[in-house]
Amino acid sequence: MAEKVTKRYKPRPDPVVIYKKWCKACGICVELCPKKVFDTDRDGYPVVARGLDCTQCSICWIHCPDFAITSKEI
Amino acid sequence: MQKSDVTHQYLRHTMEFPNVWCPGCGIGIVLGAFIRAVDRLHISKDDLALVSGIGCTARIPAYVDFNTLHTTHGRPIAFATGVKLANPKLKVVVISGDGDILAIGGNHFIHACRRNIDITVVVVNNYIYGMTGGQYSPTTPMGKRASTAPYLTVEPPFDTCNLAISSGATFVARSTVYHATQLSSLIEKALVKKGFSVVEAMSNCHTQYGRLNREGTAVRMIQAFKNVAVPVSTAAKLSPEKLEGKIVIGVLHDIERPEYIEHYQKIIDRLQLPKMADKEEKE
Amino acid sequence: MTDVSVPKLIQGNQACSYGAIAAGCRFFAGYPITPSTEIAETMALELPKYGGKFIQMEDEIASISAIIGASIAGSKAMTATSGPGFSLMQENLGYAYMAEVPCVVINVMRGGPSTGLPTKVSQADVMQANWGAHGDYYPIVLSPSSVSECFDITVRAFNLSERYRCPVIILSDEVIGHMREMVSLPDFSSVEMIERQRPNVPPEWYKHFLITHDFTSPMASFGEGYRFHLTGLTHDEFGLPTSDNIEIAKKLGKLKLKIERHLSDISQVNTYKIEDAHIVILAYGSVARAARQAVLLSRKKRFKAGLFQPITLWPFPDRQLRQISRKADLIVVAELNQGQIINEVRRVCKSHSKVVGLNRYDGELITPEQILEKIKEEHR
Repeated sequence: MAEKVTKRYKPRPDPVVIYKKWCKACGICVELCPKKVFDTDRDGYPVVARGLDCTQCSICWIHCPDFAITSKEI
Repeated sequence: MQKSDVTHQYLRHTMEFPNVWCPGCGIGIVLGAFIRAVDRLHISKDDLALVSGIGCTARIPAYVDFNTLHTTHGRPIAFATGVKLANPKLKVVVISGDGDILAIGGNHFIHACRRNIDITVVVVNNYIYGMTGGQYSPTTPMGKRASTAPYLTVEPPFDTCNLAISSGATFVARSTVYHATQLSSLIEKALVKKGFSVVEAMSNCHTQYGRLNREGTAVRMIQAFKNVAVPVSTAAKLSPEKLEGKIVIGVLHDIERPEYIEHYQKIIDRLQLPKMADKEEKE
Repeated sequence: MTDVSVPKLIQGNQACSYGAIAAGCRFFAGYPITPSTEIAETMALELPKYGGKFIQMEDEIASISAIIGASIAGSKAMTATSGPGFSLMQENLGYAYMAEVPCVVINVMRGGPSTGLPTKVSQADVMQANWGAHGDYYPIVLSPSSVSECFDITVRAFNLSERYRCPVIILSDEVIGHMREMVSLPDFSSVEMIERQRPNVPPEWYKHFLITHDFTSPMASFGEGYRFHLTGLTHDEFGLPTSDNIEIAKKLGKLKLKIERHLSDISQVNTYKIEDAHIVILAYGSVARAARQAVLLSRKKRFKAGLFQPITLWPFPDRQLRQISRKADLIVVAELNQGQIINEVRRVCKSHSKVVGLNRYDGELITPEQILEKIKEEHR
């Protein structure tokens, strides 16, 4: 029983990680993402809102001028 | 699929990050494209020399962990010529802006094309002098506003690629920061090419050019490249009128010509042969 | 390959080229300009025989850029030019001082300003050689006065430049450059050569602008595994740009101290019959030859004259001149300009001797008789 519960609640990592310290909130990733994975927070920084939609197409990180987006391959 | 974290292996982490450019500036995208090209070719960090001049784009070398050289305004190609001649084993890349390469460094550019020395030049063209505050550059189109052209520019611009082709460069290509993947593969091809290769990377300067000409935010400017870019194959079928205001992207020119250093090395070898023979005789 | 065993009749410019090759110069970039062109021509002919490379660039700016690039990539490099070309080089010379790149620049002086007198002699670039580029920097400037000195001084210029990691300027002039003399060149392998200090630490510890006890830093080249950044911006010891006031002061202080602390090694003067002289003729370059003759003429007229010839024009040999000036009543500074080094002489000699200038700026040489006349006129 215990095993099943662990499996069900295994935390799923975000498909892409935004390093906020390097991010300048330019909005390129938010606009260019074909699946609209990102939303912006109050300050304009991107946050992963619809991580399940991410297809790992790489558009966000190859267009990030600040090297602030990386991805854990999942 | 492209791995996301290769760029970080090539960044110089002793530098202060985030980098110096405005939020949304395409220069960072060009740098990313360049790093991915180098990574795909498995060029060792020690074997690559990156040379730049002065300007926004010219700040690139400080951020990457290669042999990097930030020179004076307009002279990176001349410095690179010296580096390449002194150590032909190095892969020498010049990365600089349109003002640096085409205005103050225009003479060095055309002569390096003519000489066909094995250097790759990446010209980041954002139509303007960004660092000094938005003065018009040799690539600013006619009828655009700049801080030194308050009544709109009256000078026709250079076409970087046509200039390079007519001056004798052996590989000439163009892409935009919107087409970052293509840009990266074009830089890769240019790096492989033996001879003088030029890649023009169209970029956005929303802080100066975009603001003065009301072209919107960084995102709007980058997305605009999608609409004006025409691949070479399509462009061949279009009339010159239809190509007005468009940017032709892809490999524009790829020929074979004798390379300067190989040529010169033959002279050295020929002159040193009798010397070697002398030595052998003596022994 | 030049046969060095027999004395040869060669020009000063050619001697400079042979000196460079003997000192290990393997890269030359230049642009034709009278009266320095023979240096480029000789280098184009000789360098490939020694495995070196010659390139004719599109202008003087490109020439100096290319030699700085070549030096960074590990080659000993040189360029040669004259008046207008030297003006064009100033910005990148400043870069080489800032980035501490060894290289040698020969300026065969001709009349100026502007296009001036391309085929006649002048010494009017002395001040420019010291203060030509913007900012605080301390150049080493050497001046030959004969064909054999051209050879020796070029070798010395390379040695100083490699030792102190800075450009060294040779101020030759049209007469020295084009004059032919019989010279027996030394065997190139016997010439004393100083190589640049190489780092002996692992790349992770390497600082390109390390401040050491004597203010000279080891220098790695591109492609050796020591990846570093070079910039003309003010930088820290790693070479990364900085605007931190402490780092800037350290950097600019180092540029000054690395020259100042080694003045005894850098400064070089030639003297002739100076031991008992009350009248000192101070001359350099082609004028020093006339001055040497003038010393003999004056001594016939019972003037106790001697020659003081600074080989190192900058940093000015203060100490050597001060010693001599204590005994001298009169110092005649003979120059082919309107008085450029004389200000330094006045500064050094202050009140203890009378300093007068003998200047000629019409494209002709100063004659020994003129110097003698001047001595007669001024010495009472």
